[in-house]
Amino acid sequence: MHNFDFVKPASVADAVAALAAEGAQALSGGMTLLPTMKQRLAAPEVLVSLTGIAELRGVSGRAGASVTIGGATTHATVAAEAKAFYPALAALAGQIGDPAVRNRGTIGGSLANNDPSACYPSAALASGATITTNQRDIAAEDYFQGMFATALGEGEIITAVTFPIPEKAAYIKFAQPASRFALVGVFVAKYADGVRVAVTGASNDGVFRWAEGEAALSGNFNGSALEGLSVPSDGMIADLHGTAAYRAHLVKVLTKRAVAAAM
Amino acid sequence: MTKVTMTVNGKTVSAMTEGRTLLSSYLREGLGLTGTHIGCDTSQCGACTVHVDGVAVKSCSVFAQDVAGATVTTIEGMANADGSLSVIQQAFQDHHGLQCGYCTPGMVMASAALLASNPSPTEGEVRHYLEGNICRCTGYHNIVKAVLAASGQDVAAVAAE
Ligand SMILES: Cc1cc2nc3c(=O)[nH]c(=O)nc-3n(C[C@H](O)[C@H](O)[C@H](O)COP(=O)(O)OP(=O)(O)OC[C@H]3O[C@@H](n4cnc5c(N)ncnc54)[C@H](O)[C@@H]3O)c2cc1C
Ligand code: FES
Ligand code: FES
Repeated sequence: MHNFDFVKPASVADAVAALAAEGAQALSGGMTLLPTMKQRLAAPEVLVSLTGIAELRGVSGRAGASVTIGGATTHATVAAEAKAFYPALAALAGQIGDPAVRNRGTIGGSLANNDPSACYPSAALASGATITTNQRDIAAEDYFQGMFATALGEGEIITAVTFPIPEKAAYIKFAQPASRFALVGVFVAKYADGVRVAVTGASNDGVFRWAEGEAALSGNFNGSALEGLSVPSDGMIADLHGTAAYRAHLVKVLTKRAVAAAM
Repeated sequence: MTKVTMTVNGKTVSAMTEGRTLLSSYLREGLGLTGTHIGCDTSQCGACTVHVDGVAVKSCSVFAQDVAGATVTTIEGMANADGSLSVIQQAFQDHHGLQCGYCTPGMVMASAALLASNPSPTEGEVRHYLEGNICRCTGYHNIVKAVLAASGQDVAAVAAE
């Protein structure tokens, strides 16, 4: 790994100032960035750690309304503390990687990275979450811009993510057994004004909403409403773990399971 | 170079670091605590697992400067004060929970973290918790048995299938 200067500010304002330096990059849990730096796919000159910023950590909410999670909150903390507000979201966090990964990895790092197989993007999109940065609020709908691409600008930090709490929701992950990422993952959330279905792991364009499935489930929130629908395999990821057709098939299967599991 | 101080296995220690110095290198090369093993160096195998402020982390994937001031426990800190093996370590020996021993420091540290939060786990919970710790020798059954035994449960009925 190339060497760099390490800084660990104690406030968002100081982190933003440090990120203005040439070649500076944010470091949160490091669960994605460290391996990337070891492969020399990233070589920041200054690494700005977000792990010492208390205002970026924590879970707060109002039952039945919304839950807000600080950008540098670990998956383990979300799994434990978001449960009272949004059980499906907490369950998703509790299934990411393994315990040691969950003790370091953070929601902000996951959403900033926007891996096409990551879990959190599906929850954010299915919940119509708001991604708050040091500069603005971004609707999930506008935030995800394809594989590893987001609306974040240079040096912009995710400070919090706010999820409106649905009536019922569930996330079902078909785990890729070696990496534990989602081969396909489906997050279903039922709100008073309709059902949203977001899919991760399947598409070359990253997380997406399955509009046909949403329309069917909004009329009848039961897996049987999906009979007769099929998901086209165009644009689906194909690799040694599964073909495009297999992933497309999994989208419907997992959506049905998520509806059955919704709580 | 920056001096980084931590509390490791109950002692205040310091070593010089670069920005890129990993916690695993700080422990192994800086402090000579080579019980923490490096298997994959890419956060996949768990051999390098240590406790930082009470929770299990993969020390190959944390920068030493990021955890300056932390309280760290490594495998060298697991034995009893008189040098005898701790309950978990003894259970690994009694139940043949290791063969080459390469994964063992990480297995013991992960198991200790599990039992601290869940003192009487089921077999399924042990297997699930150890998902991030890879062993190429044992086939896991005896590791699971050892962890269950360390929790004080009867393991006679745990099948080695
Ligand atoms: C073995 C293993 C298994 C895993 N399994 C899963 C899984 O099942 N599902 C899943 O979803 N993920 C999985 N992950 C990824 C894990 O969730 C990571 O923690 C996450 O993707 C990145 O979060 P981080 O905090 O570690 O970010 P880092 O690695 O620190 O950073 C990632 C990127 O985000 C940027 N960044 C970090 N924080 C912010 C912020 N607040 N604002 C703006 N930019 C920021 C960084 O500059 C960097 O570019 C796994 C990882 C490992 C190592
Ligand atoms: S050496 Fe750290 S996880 Fe394998
Ligand atoms: S005992 Fe050899 S790798 Fe586990």
